[in-house]
Amino acid sequence: MIKARVTVTLKNGVLDPQGKAIEGALGALGFDGIGQVRQGKVFDLQLETADKAKAEAELKAMCEKLLANTVIENYSISLA
Amino acid sequence: MKSAVVQLPGLNRDRDMIAALTKISGKAPVTVWQTETEMPDVDLIVIPGGFSYGDYLRCGAIAARMPVMQAIKAKAEQGVRVLGVCNGFQILVEAGLLPGALMRNASLKFVCREVKLEVVNADTEFTRAYAKGQVIRSPVAHHDGNYFADAETLKAVEGNGQVVFRYAESTNPNGSINDIAGVVNDRGNVLGMMPHPENLIEAAHGGSDGRGIFASALDVIAA
Repeated sequence: MIKARVTVTLKNGVLDPQGKAIEGALGALGFDGIGQVRQGKVFDLQLETADKAKAEAELKAMCEKLLANTVIENYSISLA
Repeated sequence: MKSAVVQLPGLNRDRDMIAALTKISGKAPVTVWQTETEMPDVDLIVIPGGFSYGDYLRCGAIAARMPVMQAIKAKAEQGVRVLGVCNGFQILVEAGLLPGALMRNASLKFVCREVKLEVVNADTEFTRAYAKGQVIRSPVAHHDGNYFADAETLKAVEGNGQVVFRYAESTNPNGSINDIAGVVNDRGNVLGMMPHPENLIEAAHGGSDGRGIFASALDVIAA
C-alpha cells in the first residue's frame, strides 16, 4: 500500500476571495505582517499498489481528470 | 423543436426549466438521467441549475464526469444546441465544453437578486430574439458565479464574440472578469450563463425578458 498526498493550489493571478477573507480575519486576530493567504485543498489517498511509478502515474491522471481544475489550479503529488 | 433537460442528483431548477421549455415550445422536454450514455434525438439540450453533488470538490466538477456528459459532448460536436444555466454553466466549464472557470463570488456571499444583462452578441442561436446592446432583466441565485479566464483565453473569448451577456448598469453580482455573465463556445452552439432566464418568461414572473433565449434556441421567435 502506498500513501499519497495531493495538494491543489490556485494558480498565480487567480483571485482567491476566500484567502483574502482569511487574511483579513487573521489580521483582526492581531497577527501582523501577513503578506498573503492563499487557500488550497489537500487529498490523502491510499493506493493498493507497491509500485511507486505506477502510483505516481495514476495520481497524475486523477489530478488531471478530477482533483484539480487545471484552468485555475496547480497540483503537486507526494508519496509517503 | 424537441428539447431535453438533464437531471443529476442535487440539481433543483429542473422543474422551472421544464415548465419554461414546455410553455415556450408547446411541447414538454424529455428528461435525461445522469447515467444515460446516449442522448435522445433533440435540437436543444438544457442543463439546469442547482447544486449537483452538493457542490463537492468544485461546483459542477463531479457532474461533469458523469456518463451523460460524454453523450452531451458528442451531441455538441454534431452541432446540437446546449444551454447550461447556473450550475449547468459550471458543469459545462468543468466538462471543458466552454472556456474559463467559475469561482467563489468576490463578496463570498450567496447572491439572490435581479440583475441587468447587456446582450453583447445578438447574432447567436440563443440570442437572435434580442437586439445587440439591448439590456434585459434576469434573476441570479448563486455562490460561485465569478467568471475567470486567463489573459490569453479572455482575449480569445472577447475577440471571437463569445461573450454573449455582460452584467450591465453596475449590477455585476459576483466579481466576474469583464462583467461576463454568459459565454458561447467558438462554434456558437453551446451557451453557459449564470443568470436564470427561465424564471422571467411570463407575466406571472413579473416580466418575460428571459423568454427570448428559449424562443431563439427553440426557433419559435414571434414575427
